[in-house]
Amino acid sequence: MTTAATAPTVARTSPRRRRGVGGGQRRAPYAFIAPFLGLFLVFTLAPIGLAIYSSFFQVQRSGLGFGGDNALAFVGFDNYVRALTDAGFLAGFGRMLGYGAVQVPLMLGLALVLALLFDSAIVRWKPFFQLSVFLPYAVPSVVAALIWGFLYQPQVSPIVEGMHAIGVPVDFLAPGTVLWSLANVAIWSVTGVNMIILFSALQSVPREIYEAARIDGASELRTALLIKVPMIAPSLVLTFLFSIIGTMQLFNEPMTMRSVTSNISGDYTPNMAIFQTTTLGGDVNLGSAMAVVLGIVIFVLSMVVQKFTNRKEGAK
Amino acid sequence: MSATVAPVVPAVTPAPAPRRRTTSEGERPSVGARAFGWVVMAVTAVYFLVPIYWLVVASTKTTSDLFGTPGFTFADINLWQNVVDVSTYGDGIFWRWMGNSMVYSGLGSVLMTFISLASGYALAIYRFRGRNAVIAIVMASMLVPQTVLAQPIYTLLVEIGLNNTMLGVLLPTLAYPFGVLLAFTYASAAVPEEIVEAARLDGAGEARTFFSIGLRMLSTGAVTILLFAFIASWNNFMLPLLVLSDSRLQPVTVGLSGWSQAAITVPGLQTLVVVGALISIIPIIAVFVSLQRFWKSGLSTGAVKM
Repeated sequence: MTTAATAPTVARTSPRRRRGVGGGQRRAPYAFIAPFLGLFLVFTLAPIGLAIYSSFFQVQRSGLGFGGDNALAFVGFDNYVRALTDAGFLAGFGRMLGYGAVQVPLMLGLALVLALLFDSAIVRWKPFFQLSVFLPYAVPSVVAALIWGFLYQPQVSPIVEGMHAIGVPVDFLAPGTVLWSLANVAIWSVTGVNMIILFSALQSVPREIYEAARIDGASELRTALLIKVPMIAPSLVLTFLFSIIGTMQLFNEPMTMRSVTSNISGDYTPNMAIFQTTTLGGDVNLGSAMAVVLGIVIFVLSMVVQKFTNRKEGAK
Repeated sequence: MSATVAPVVPAVTPAPAPRRRTTSEGERPSVGARAFGWVVMAVTAVYFLVPIYWLVVASTKTTSDLFGTPGFTFADINLWQNVVDVSTYGDGIFWRWMGNSMVYSGLGSVLMTFISLASGYALAIYRFRGRNAVIAIVMASMLVPQTVLAQPIYTLLVEIGLNNTMLGVLLPTLAYPFGVLLAFTYASAAVPEEIVEAARLDGAGEARTFFSIGLRMLSTGAVTILLFAFIASWNNFMLPLLVLSDSRLQPVTVGLSGWSQAAITVPGLQTLVVVGALISIIPIIAVFVSLQRFWKSGLSTGAVKM
């Protein structure tokens, strides 16, 4: 590996170097890390750089458009202006905010309740129930959306049929409801993994803390709310953070469900707008600008969540 | 891609001691509480299992029964014919998709796990110049949203001529910062420096120490990384959708969603989508159930450090 050339000096200057360091031992870590770093450079850093670069250019068609030379021209922030004034793109962000405001609390709330129940003594058959909650996580989101797509379709769905039979005429795919139907697919898919994470956090809390609370006469419910939940706050924050990031990237489910309803537009979510602009729209440069915008929004959001939660932690 | 929420979290929690029994003596929940527990669990299990049950039932039906009979009850069992139909439709392209998925997810996650283990091992065992920089890069890139990368990666692949190739989908999934982080955490906890030192004194080279000792001690962590990598790449949808215009190169998720689109005009395809969906999740569920022990213990060992 090319980096090995610098290694000898490292070993001499490194304060933590071990006795009897041989040449192989100096070169080895670079050889071990090279595959990851190389791939990371090419398939993470380079694409980010390229996206930023190409977001400042635009294809200028010369001649009559057919067979004419297409030249790339520097256009400054034009693509960003177009992205940020694109009503569809912006509507996607709005939609995701509403979606996230409902889906994330519901999903995490459910995951937390289940984790607390699994950590308590009032549930039997734990392995079975845990597996059934976790199982949907093994179903790819595309397939989950296909399954639920059938369960939402009036012609096929036993659920819609049953609801009609008891006098509740539901339409899961109407313009006003389809967003929440999508949220349901996501809740079904990811509650399990969040439950497992919160559950392992609960299991790692020292048992004595609960014993003390019980001896003091606290009920199981009080113990759960006042002791267990605060104890696993860091895990809750992390699951929250990653849920928000997941929300902003929503793509697979709405894209797949377009086959069962016309109420999901091609730019329904920011990621779908990026996809549509790049493929159907054929405008890679505008697509890149949109991707950069989405990346920045997600980055800022996660920073805000972290700052906010850090401060709360610190205040305790 | 809300499933990307996934596994990033084990690192936060401190490791539980040997898994304690949750039902300790002294806790005698009241009958009311127990009844409450049963009701909640029953409702929960129904919610999470019913869609999968429906899929199983639906895949045994003919197209007319799919639309004409109650969804949760079996009609004439037509499963074998459906499987034959799925296998022969479009010159058997479905099994080609399954094969592609095995390459992208199976081969991809094995390679990715190996690359992650090598990096994590190096970060945990060696002190070398640039180590902190690599750790910082890994941590920072955890914040890079993966699906937002799909479009930029596609642009890059077009530039370097890997558009519409299997490599174009496979290679970008191999650098997985979360895998490196997990491997680093496992290696710090599971590979004692003394043992590496002893191997060196015995004259084993660095590579041999890694392959014969490091990898073996990391096997539990490796299975966990493999599982999450496998699921993540089986879920990979936007990148292959952008990159692969040739349907013979597509993974099964992209293929099925294409069928689902086409089913708008070709009614018989809906049955194939249902059966195809069922077949496509069988391997992944089998892997999951059989490796339960690993992902459960992996989640808690993953927690050891940090």
